[in-house]
Amino acid sequence: MKLYLKIWRQFNSSSKGEMTDYEIDGVSEHMSFLEMLDLLNESLVQKGERVIEFDHDCREGICGQCGVMINGRAHGPLKNTTTCQLHMRSFKDGDTIYIEPFRAKAFPVLRDLKIDRKAFDSIIAAGGFIGAATGQAPEANSIPISYETAEASFDAAACIGCGACVASCKNASAALFTGAKITHLALLPQGQIEASKRVLTMVQQMDELGFGNCSDTRACEIECPQGISVLSIAKMNYEYSKAILLRK
Amino acid sequence: MESKIPEGPLADKWSHYKEKAKLVNPANRKKLNIIVVGTGLAGASCAASLAEQGYNIKSFCFQDSARRAHSVAAQGGVNAAKNYKNDGDSTYRMFYDTIKGGDFRSREANVYRLAECSAALIDHAVAQGVPFAREYAGYLNNRSFGGVQVSRTFYARGQTGQQLLLGAYQGLLRQVSLGKVDLHTRHEMLELIVIDGKAKGIIARNLETGKLERHAADAVVLASGGYGKVYYLSTLAMGCNSSAIWRAHKKGAFMAGVSWIQFHPTSLPQHGENQSKLTLMSESLRNDGRIWVPKKAADDRNPNTIPEEERDYYLERKYPSFGNLAPRDISSRAAKEQIDAGHGVGPMKNAIYLDFSDAIKSQGKDKIEAKYSNLFAMYEKITGINAYKEPMLISPSAHFTMGGLWVDYELMTTIPGLFALGEANFADHGANRLGANSLLQACVDGYFIAPYTIPNYLSGELNAPKIDISHPAFEEAEKTVRRQLDRFLHTNGTLSADYFHKKIGRLLYEKCGLSRSRKKLEEALIEIRELKASFEKDLRITGDNTLNSELEKAGRISDYIELAELMCYDALQREESCGAHFREEYQTADGEAVRNDDEFCYVSAWEWKGLNNEPELHKEPLTFESVELAVRSYK
Repeated sequence: MKLYLKIWRQFNSSSKGEMTDYEIDGVSEHMSFLEMLDLLNESLVQKGERVIEFDHDCREGICGQCGVMINGRAHGPLKNTTTCQLHMRSFKDGDTIYIEPFRAKAFPVLRDLKIDRKAFDSIIAAGGFIGAATGQAPEANSIPISYETAEASFDAAACIGCGACVASCKNASAALFTGAKITHLALLPQGQIEASKRVLTMVQQMDELGFGNCSDTRACEIECPQGISVLSIAKMNYEYSKAILLRK
Repeated sequence: MESKIPEGPLADKWSHYKEKAKLVNPANRKKLNIIVVGTGLAGASCAASLAEQGYNIKSFCFQDSARRAHSVAAQGGVNAAKNYKNDGDSTYRMFYDTIKGGDFRSREANVYRLAECSAALIDHAVAQGVPFAREYAGYLNNRSFGGVQVSRTFYARGQTGQQLLLGAYQGLLRQVSLGKVDLHTRHEMLELIVIDGKAKGIIARNLETGKLERHAADAVVLASGGYGKVYYLSTLAMGCNSSAIWRAHKKGAFMAGVSWIQFHPTSLPQHGENQSKLTLMSESLRNDGRIWVPKKAADDRNPNTIPEEERDYYLERKYPSFGNLAPRDISSRAAKEQIDAGHGVGPMKNAIYLDFSDAIKSQGKDKIEAKYSNLFAMYEKITGINAYKEPMLISPSAHFTMGGLWVDYELMTTIPGLFALGEANFADHGANRLGANSLLQACVDGYFIAPYTIPNYLSGELNAPKIDISHPAFEEAEKTVRRQLDRFLHTNGTLSADYFHKKIGRLLYEKCGLSRSRKKLEEALIEIRELKASFEKDLRITGDNTLNSELEKAGRISDYIELAELMCYDALQREESCGAHFREEYQTADGEAVRNDDEFCYVSAWEWKGLNNEPELHKEPLTFESVELAVRSYK
């Protein structure tokens, strides 16, 4: 099929970007969206032009490195699907597709569709861990965890850190990302001891990095490739309130 | 080349080593700097564990975040000899399964240590908050996996690698917040610095700016993963590369078992020329799916209309006792045989059927759905085909490299001060890796082995003169890197980096892939030299020396082409069939591998001798004191 692409080109974080038109022919419905971009880049190399920079790595939906806005939606039209797992059979011959980077104040554009998501690492570094050093662990079965708790914890832990939640939120809030990690760890008995400190430092870090507040539109849950529930935001708020009330 | 295996009975070797290993006083640790390249399970766990001890760590990854390293993609699980099922598991049994699975081409002492440290890994991962599968009573659940008879595989849904990696990543970032780890994301190591014979630093390229940086250290750890992506089409991530280990190899570190590559039997087949990746479908599907091809070659009929008697369930026919659960190397090779003989199915005739209709009939669709719904959904997402209604199309795909940098028992390469961990080294899997042992090896290397062996080395470096980045060795290495980057940018040919990657990938798949022969390998060596010459003059890289993904690819592919040559030398020299290495000349009448213990019971370690010279082979004899060499039969 033949497609008309409008792609965001921006040289670096301080330059002004713009949408640029491209045409691409010979796209097969079996190609993934990123393979379609590979094909376009191959033609740009042939013409001696600079390729379109975009982030990607595993191409099986788990590393979280890929992610662009496709016709205004993070990762494109399908539910629970990363950009790399989107295939061209979701489009039809003659379509015009708008491709833009995930946009947020805390995610500066590095070049074209590539963005800087170090802010997510900073939120984790602020407390998104259990402080168990190597060598300290007790026998694994000495910490029984109910099946339901382990499953619920997993549901939150499944976050791939792609940033679709931030890009989809009108406030560019990182509440779903941060809430997911807080939920994952707060549900587990191992994570209880640091729970109060964790939620306070992570939330503070999130705010300082320039992410917006959550106003409960729930767009994040709809666009999340892992289907992380907004209940983790509620859990974060609960843990936060509890930590404030019990603060010594 | 000294393997440094400790004295004493097999079961006591690691304890003896730990008791005698030299230590560094806590006050002195902060004077020592360690570089760790790679933030996957091996790299992140090693960096965090050494930082916890008090050393200063610089950690590097090419991805935009440490959490994205390809350990993240492992699905099935991680093995540990916990014997939680009371079904007869033990350290020895796990050791034996692993050494047999590797077709007796790994070191007894290393493999035993892997099994010995496995239980502690589960303890540590649980302490970190890894949400492993649980039974209703709250205890850890586990399951059995290919090639073994006990339940020792712990798992977190189909995302065990992701959850283990997040544990290691969070541990790493905790050390970042404490100021003990200096993390450099979007950085790629492009040269190793060797001064007076010891590893003393690296040159890294900042991929955001293109700037070359010099980093000095008292020891360098390479945990940069495997090189299966050399085949282009593979289950690996697009960025997976051999550059860190290959550049270390060119500085004097030997490479071992280079051509031992595991092809995973159940990946999705290639569908077209522009495909970039072969997605893995969990091996667990083989528990209920039946593998077959039409008896008639080039049979174009819809699979559902092909009658039972015209189907060849070749794994069940050839390996009646293991059937569809035959080990990975055997299943993959059998699939290729069928495809090569014209029985391949699908639009490109490059696949075989994995059929669930019998399982659905006997167990009901609900049961199959409960077990595999996520995999069936993934299959439909990628192919558009509903596998409840027609068989899946699957094919073998390059997956895991058993080979890598040669390391001794301490995981140190032939360059003192340079360590290699995880898939980047050759050590524990022999000629074939068992499922769920790769996550284990990466973790055990990083959490439990390197934190003992690296201090043992560093204790001798405390009084060594500190190297400054103005040292001429840095100057020269930086110049070499800069010259290469300039050459890529100014070749001005007509062919893209991907063109060469696809070329070398296809060539290796055909001639140094699932099956090899002297004839094919000798042809490959000639063709690789031609490709290398073409790469020198026909490459075209657009853009400049700032952020430029094409330029990144050029360096990786340049290394892949050189590595491919060594893979062929390695495969050519080893005149036997063992594990994943199948030489067509060495097989029984019914097509089974013939190992030659009299002549090839050694590790092949290769030394770089310069761009236009043949590599030099060094042999590390393998001695087996605790197991008897047996023919690996799955009939």
